Amino acid sequence: MIGLGHYLAVGAILFVLGVLGIFLNRKNVIIILMAVELILLAVNINLVAFSAFLGDMVGQVFAMFVLTVAAAEAAVGLAILVIYFRNRGTIAVDDINQMKG
Amino acid sequence: MIQAIVFLPLAAAIIAGLGNRAIGKVPAKLVTTGALFVSCALSWPIFIGFLTGTAQAEVHPVLSWIHSAGLQVDWALRVDALTSVMLVVVTSVSALVHLYSWGYMAEDDSQPRFFAYLSLFTFAMLMLVTGDNLVQLFFGWEGVGLASYLLIGFWYHKPSANAAAMKAFIVNRVGDFGFSLGIFATFLVFGTISIPAILEAAPSMAGSTIGFLGGRVDTMTLICLLLFIGACGKSAQLGLHTWLPDAMEGPTPVSALIHAATMVTAGVFMVCRLSPMFEASATAMAVVTFVGAATALFAATVGTVQNDIKRVIAYSTCSQLGYMFFAAGVGAYGAAMFHLFTHAFFKALLFLGAGSVIHAMHHEQDMRFYGGLRGHIPLTFWAMTIGTLSITGVGIAGVFGFAGFYSKDAIIEHAFASGTSIGGFAFFIGVFAALLTSFYSWRLVFLTFFGQPRWAASEHIQHALHGDHPADEDARHDTHAGEVGAAGISEGTGGYHPHESPWTMLLPLGVLSVGALLAGYVFEHWFIGAEGAGEFWASSLVFNEHLAHAAHAIPGWAKLSATVAMLIGFAIAFYAYIRNTAFPAAFVSYFGVLYRFLLNKWYFDELYNAIFLRPAVALGRILWKRGDKGTIDRFGPDGVAATIVAGTRLTARLQSGYVYTYALVMLLGVAAATTWAMTR
Repeated sequence: MIGLGHYLAVGAILFVLGVLGIFLNRKNVIIILMAVELILLAVNINLVAFSAFLGDMVGQVFAMFVLTVAAAEAAVGLAILVIYFRNRGTIAVDDINQMKG
Repeated sequence: MIQAIVFLPLAAAIIAGLGNRAIGKVPAKLVTTGALFVSCALSWPIFIGFLTGTAQAEVHPVLSWIHSAGLQVDWALRVDALTSVMLVVVTSVSALVHLYSWGYMAEDDSQPRFFAYLSLFTFAMLMLVTGDNLVQLFFGWEGVGLASYLLIGFWYHKPSANAAAMKAFIVNRVGDFGFSLGIFATFLVFGTISIPAILEAAPSMAGSTIGFLGGRVDTMTLICLLLFIGACGKSAQLGLHTWLPDAMEGPTPVSALIHAATMVTAGVFMVCRLSPMFEASATAMAVVTFVGAATALFAATVGTVQNDIKRVIAYSTCSQLGYMFFAAGVGAYGAAMFHLFTHAFFKALLFLGAGSVIHAMHHEQDMRFYGGLRGHIPLTFWAMTIGTLSITGVGIAGVFGFAGFYSKDAIIEHAFASGTSIGGFAFFIGVFAALLTSFYSWRLVFLTFFGQPRWAASEHIQHALHGDHPADEDARHDTHAGEVGAAGISEGTGGYHPHESPWTMLLPLGVLSVGALLAGYVFEHWFIGAEGAGEFWASSLVFNEHLAHAAHAIPGWAKLSATVAMLIGFAIAFYAYIRNTAFPAAFVSYFGVLYRFLLNKWYFDELYNAIFLRPAVALGRILWKRGDKGTIDRFGPDGVAATIVAGTRLTARLQSGYVYTYALVMLLGVAAATTWAMTR
């Protein structure tokens, strides 16, 4: 029988994959965006799992919202990325180090 | 009235000093000079009152100052015979010097400042002489020191003047340290610093002892010697005399007022004022006598070889102060004050005369570049001659003499009559110093006014002739560059014509000439006369009538010795500088060692450099390099700064600019915060 624990485990694994995707990634900013999506998905799995487990629909509604926001965020992120590529000619992560004083 | 005498100069100094450029030169000069002449006019009646016996010693309270447990210090002006003498000396010379400065300082840009300083000095000196307690005396004492410092360094753009000013101030600090210790000891022993109370209690303290530096010493000897150290500093006695010749860097009127007539005599005045204390200690008296006699001899020997006209007179002053001190040391306080009185006239006259010569010679001060000035500045010549006749003590006993004749001979006679061995020593030193005095004084006159003009080689004269010497530059060239060999000085006028000084400078010379001529003859009776003096001085100082009688009754050869010494000195000077002008050079080449010894002032400056200055500088360097820079700065400000810089450099490396680093830190932070929140 697949219980709550299994769902949570999948969510955790996805979350860790997402986090590692951000930190260990040295190549491409798009991969960072995808990793962020993974993290959001992990959260969604948690929300839905608890919603089913507790019999409360609010969790699933909330997951819908998260998906919407994630889609919007991905759109904005990709837009920034395009502009950035136009300006700098690269989207390699190692070259993006302007955020310091 | 006494309040007006003392505080008018202060008010004038404040007006001229603070008004300065706002009120302009002439008003500042008018205010200060006017105030001084009023002070002077008010002082003479007081003095005459004491001469005629109509005036009584009195104290005028001004303000209460310090009241703390047993210590009572009030501002009060004390007027007695001793004070009245000093009042007359200070205000008269000061008023004349103010007037003289109109002419002498005419080209200077900061005259209001100069006159304000002069008046400030006069105020401080008057506070000193009217002081009713030791603290007020000390106030005046420090006040004149300050004014002296300001005036020596008046031409502050001249490094030598600044150095001389600092030297005067610092050497005086040594003396003042002794003086203040003396005041502390006095308060400790007597429980009061009121002068009359101390003097009353002093005789009963003779013979008692006090713990000092771990041993037992005689109370009165200790106090008197500490106070005498202060007097040594202020009056430039042997050991602490080094500042006085250097003080000649100041303008000449300052030298005349402060470093000849008034301030430097403060030590003598103090010893006379506290004479009952000194009387209570034979040891202290002997030390005073010895130091005075040694100074008289030392300064006179050095004075014989100096070439700078002002320095000759400065050493002469030092020597005459020595006379006053050994007079006080043998108990002849009246004679000491008498010499102080006459000396103020003739020495101020000599200094102002020298100033007139310097003025005429376009600020050349080296006597080797003078000569033949007699016909060019006749009035100055006569004034200087009267001053010289007075200082050398020309006169015939019982008929008439110049001022110095009465006072100096009186000192020598009193020293002989005192009967002590140290008094006998002082007598012989005094006679020998009289010979030297006569020699260097006439040497000055002969070099300056007689012989052929030797002006051509002087760079000051050259400047004057070629007109490349703007007025404000005058002061900067006062000291002559380097030593000039006798062979290097050519004779000739170089086409320069000295000009006689304006009337503002000649009038004071005239008035002082009268003083130098008559002060001895007129006042002898009251100052040292065996009959009149006791009545005149009353209780203001210890007048030893027995000694005065003894001084009149000394053998004829002792009486004549000073006059004979004076004649010998004159004869030598006449021979060496008029008859056979090659003689000095021959003498110098024969006694080169002695000449250099004297020219270098007995190597006192070198000695002090080696003993005090260099170790002090070395110690300062160690404290600076090792202590301040090496320890305090290194671990203090510099260390903190360096640590912070290194720390920030380290943390700056964390700010990589990579987004993922920031995200990681953020995550770690959230994890840590969550952990903390959960395990709390």
